[in-house]
Amino acid sequence: MNAFTTETVDGIARVVFDLPQEPVNKITAGVRAELDVLFNQLRGDANVRAVVLISGKPENFIAGADIDEFVRLKSSDEALQLVRGGQELVNRFGQLDKPVVAAIHGACLGGGLEAALACAYRVATDHPKTQLGQPEVQLGIVPAAGGCQRLPRLIGVRAALDIILAGKVVPARRAYRLGMVDELVHPAILEQVAMGAARRLADGWKPKRRGRGVMGALLDGNPLGRRVVFSQAEKQVRKRTGGHYPAPLAALDAIREGLQRGIDAGLKREASHFAELGLGDVSRHLVQIFFATTALKKDVGIAGEAPASKPVENLTVVGAGFMGAAIGGTAVLRAAVDVRLRDTSIERVKAGVHGAQKILRDRLKRRRLTKYEYRRLEALISGGTDWAGFGRADVTIEAVFEDLDVKQQVFRELDAVVGDDCVLASNTSTIPISRIAEATRHPERVIGMHFFSPVEKMPLLEVIVTEQTAPWATVTCVDFGRRMGKTVIVVRDRPGFWVNRILAPYLNEAGRMIGEGVPIEDIDKAMKRFGFPVGPVTLLDEVGLDVAHKASLVMHQAYGDRLTPVVGLSRMLDAGRLGRKNGRGFYQYDKGKRKDVDQSVYEVFDVDPRPVPDLDIEKRLVFAMLNEAAQALDEEVVRSPRDGDIGAIFGIGFPPFRGGPLRHLDDLGAAHVVETLERLAQAYGDRMTPAPILQDMAASNRRFHPTT
Amino acid sequence: MSSSIPGSRVALVGGCRTPFCKSGTVLKDIPAVDLARLATVELVHRMNLDGALVDEMFFGQVVPSVLTPNLAREVSLLPQFPTSIPAASVNRACASANSAIAHGADQISHGYAEVVIAGGAESLSNVPILHSKRFSETLVSLSKAKSIGERLKLVAGIRPRDLVPVAPAIAEPSTGETMGQSAEKMAKENRISREDQDTFALRSHRLAAAGTDDGRLTAEIAPVFAPRGDTISADNGIRTDSTLERMAQLKPVFDRRYGTITAANSSPLTDGASAVLLMSEDAATTLGYAPLAYIKSFAVAALDPGEQLLMGPAYAVPKALDRAGITWRELGLVEMHEAFAAQVLSNIQAFESKKWAQEKLGRSEPIGEVNRDTLNVMGGSIAIGHPFGATGGRITLTLANEMVRRDVQFGLISVCAQGGMGFAMVLERR
Repeated sequence: MNAFTTETVDGIARVVFDLPQEPVNKITAGVRAELDVLFNQLRGDANVRAVVLISGKPENFIAGADIDEFVRLKSSDEALQLVRGGQELVNRFGQLDKPVVAAIHGACLGGGLEAALACAYRVATDHPKTQLGQPEVQLGIVPAAGGCQRLPRLIGVRAALDIILAGKVVPARRAYRLGMVDELVHPAILEQVAMGAARRLADGWKPKRRGRGVMGALLDGNPLGRRVVFSQAEKQVRKRTGGHYPAPLAALDAIREGLQRGIDAGLKREASHFAELGLGDVSRHLVQIFFATTALKKDVGIAGEAPASKPVENLTVVGAGFMGAAIGGTAVLRAAVDVRLRDTSIERVKAGVHGAQKILRDRLKRRRLTKYEYRRLEALISGGTDWAGFGRADVTIEAVFEDLDVKQQVFRELDAVVGDDCVLASNTSTIPISRIAEATRHPERVIGMHFFSPVEKMPLLEVIVTEQTAPWATVTCVDFGRRMGKTVIVVRDRPGFWVNRILAPYLNEAGRMIGEGVPIEDIDKAMKRFGFPVGPVTLLDEVGLDVAHKASLVMHQAYGDRLTPVVGLSRMLDAGRLGRKNGRGFYQYDKGKRKDVDQSVYEVFDVDPRPVPDLDIEKRLVFAMLNEAAQALDEEVVRSPRDGDIGAIFGIGFPPFRGGPLRHLDDLGAAHVVETLERLAQAYGDRMTPAPILQDMAASNRRFHPTT
Repeated sequence: MSSSIPGSRVALVGGCRTPFCKSGTVLKDIPAVDLARLATVELVHRMNLDGALVDEMFFGQVVPSVLTPNLAREVSLLPQFPTSIPAASVNRACASANSAIAHGADQISHGYAEVVIAGGAESLSNVPILHSKRFSETLVSLSKAKSIGERLKLVAGIRPRDLVPVAPAIAEPSTGETMGQSAEKMAKENRISREDQDTFALRSHRLAAAGTDDGRLTAEIAPVFAPRGDTISADNGIRTDSTLERMAQLKPVFDRRYGTITAANSSPLTDGASAVLLMSEDAATTLGYAPLAYIKSFAVAALDPGEQLLMGPAYAVPKALDRAGITWRELGLVEMHEAFAAQVLSNIQAFESKKWAQEKLGRSEPIGEVNRDTLNVMGGSIAIGHPFGATGGRITLTLANEMVRRDVQFGLISVCAQGGMGFAMVLERR
């Protein structure tokens, strides 16, 4: 392997990093060995006065350490050895007897940034692809090649904590403002500027770095201020992670240690945290999710030979309500496609156009869009009451009222106004796509695109395929969904699809518990403790009780008694309670802010709430979901356990640190799960009977995911 | 069918416009360029047009913003189109959109373009207000000043009267006569009575109201969703409650004592935009479009602005008819731009006058007799409004649509313009 080529011009060694056969530069064992030799050569070479490190990749500096290497680690000792080696190597960037300048264009992440931080000077390009950051905690580990030491020293404790504890990646411009890089230049002069800086550094120039201002001196610059900063940060981290994610606290500890006891002590602490966390369950699960989402990004959506996806430039949306507008706005924002909204009244169209524009305007306000980008994108949103623009649509998404007749009527009309190669998608959450397709001449181009609300924020998209859906339609929607910024899973057209399917027994069980008098707070708290972002009762309020009720009827009809709807829910509706949307649900609302549980709910359910200590709250809820997930996977609702886990994590917020429901089943072991479910079935009813697939797996000691 | 324009025949495939709204009302917060963009986006959708097919764009604007001097280019940079579409803004005063369409037609007939978008826009709510000359000079000097002392001295030299803004007037630069004064002069010289003017204006409102009620006018309108506020889907200057009696009570504006020109018999200052889609006949056929009409001929003319300023049509129309090889009698519909009722009536007088034809055109016979039943059948600029740069697009589109509805073979457009100019165009249905 020859990842580095060096050329010395006028005393400056220009070292080009270009890892062969890889799209990006990463720090592998081979790279480390080669660098080691390179450093020795540079040290001994009297002709070299300074060094410039630059990437040979078109749009990448160094993406980070090699994750595969990290995954293969078998023991803490091995991990410790790996990380100490890495630290020593990075140290050499700073300890070489000649200055090293990092010339950064493209992603500079993790170990890549740590190497850059160890250099004497950093020049970055002002280019959207140039991004710097320490995303380690997102994989459950800490920056352990000096990142926890050098970043706070360079940019101040507060800014460093902000980046490291959240695993942030920042654009070059912001990195420059923070002081992470010394200069921001046009890509065309990157090398020239870096070479110039190297030359000056060799001549003894000491670059001046900006001071940190009054607040900086007050908070970052002295031990007392730092203590305040650390305790604030710790509080925030605990609140954000619910105590489920150890990495941010470990990083905080390594930063504190380094500032108190010096850089060597800090490095030691980084290394020990890394070695411990890297082999822990949380990190393993987060890495698995990372691999799964990475694989999903390349998955075209069908197995075997796949046709090319149709390029989507024009999207039309039928139904300019809340969902339709949000789908349109998100499509414009993310994919910059032309969006035409259609609804029956001009006032509804206006509301939809404004709703879609609002998504852009929010980004403008948060400075994620420039006013020029905003102006360009805003022109892509239009609407009308007729079918104008549908003739040029590549994809059309229906988001009208959840009623089969209404939807079939829409699809009949669509069938006549769109071109023959336009995909017809429905955003239904409860109606079988195959039934909708019956209304068209070309059922093979009918598909489901099930977005979650709020569309601009929720990361998941379920693409629902029927028996008849053509492969070209599937790959087109998967590709388009991804361009809209979504993680896309392809799901079979079974009632509830995947996400609502596994959610149904879980929400049902929560409803049952309320009917039994279990306090609502206890139910929600139990699930937050388990790691869900919100509890099931809060979720019901958010989704809307009318929507949830309608879905529960569909699910009951499809899957029988085990999903018998809770009587209390329909009584809630009779009492005019729709959830957050009308300010009356299980909780009370004041001007859109959620308050306490509405005590009168118990009257609707005709029970007296009484806290009962061990009521298996967590087990009943979680196992209801796990059991359904296993059953649905067995019915091939999702194509793989991978898709099922990602769908649950991104669609419902299943705790990522548990790796997803199917991963969690594996971790618990099928035998244990079956045993628990049998016990729950005895105590609470047949609906908890373990799914046949779980019984088989328990008997033959099988798992969903292969062991790693 | 042969065309009097050499080369390919030019098809008018479709078009649309924003509502035309009185300046300072509901469209006042939308700059002309955005109105033009709105109309064009809607055109793309209504025509199911693939933006990549467009070769060129021309848009008319009379009072451009200094921030977007070439409005047309901002339209062609809409994300619905590739960035490679050249675009020019055209100023032929009130006939600007007509000229934009004519330029597009030229490109197509020459074979230089297959598909052209043309139109125009004006926001008279957003006219640039200028600083006084002294204040402007001070600002320029300030930007060049080197020391604080120098700057202070310049600032100290500013007098309150220097800060009074200067609004551009709608006056002839060559004569200093305002448009209204010109109309007043024409009314007097041609003996157009106040009553005739008011009657014509009332007719304009009534016909426009009918065209709005039965949806013929509104069908051409792209609704505007104001950023905060209502949906604007119809013109807001058309009056359904006017009567001759009420109009008679208005005071003349330009000659308060003996004048006849009032707000009621003139076109109002208006905001709006229009856009039409032009194609070569072959391109329209290939792409499967059914054109509304074809451009048979057009002509422009100019006269001394010191004479009757708005008589340009009386010179341009016979030229266009000659080029089309038809006579006035063959026209099934006529759309005349209504700057002022006095101007329309003066031009009609000229069209029908043998004397005028002899003296001004050296022809023995009058241009033609104007049949009121086929003139401005859905009203005109007096009622609908007159965004200078956009009106030509409206007139062209309205004429073509009505030619389809009535199955008329030939239609005429006549527009008077500042500077003593006139524009005329003949459309043919088949």
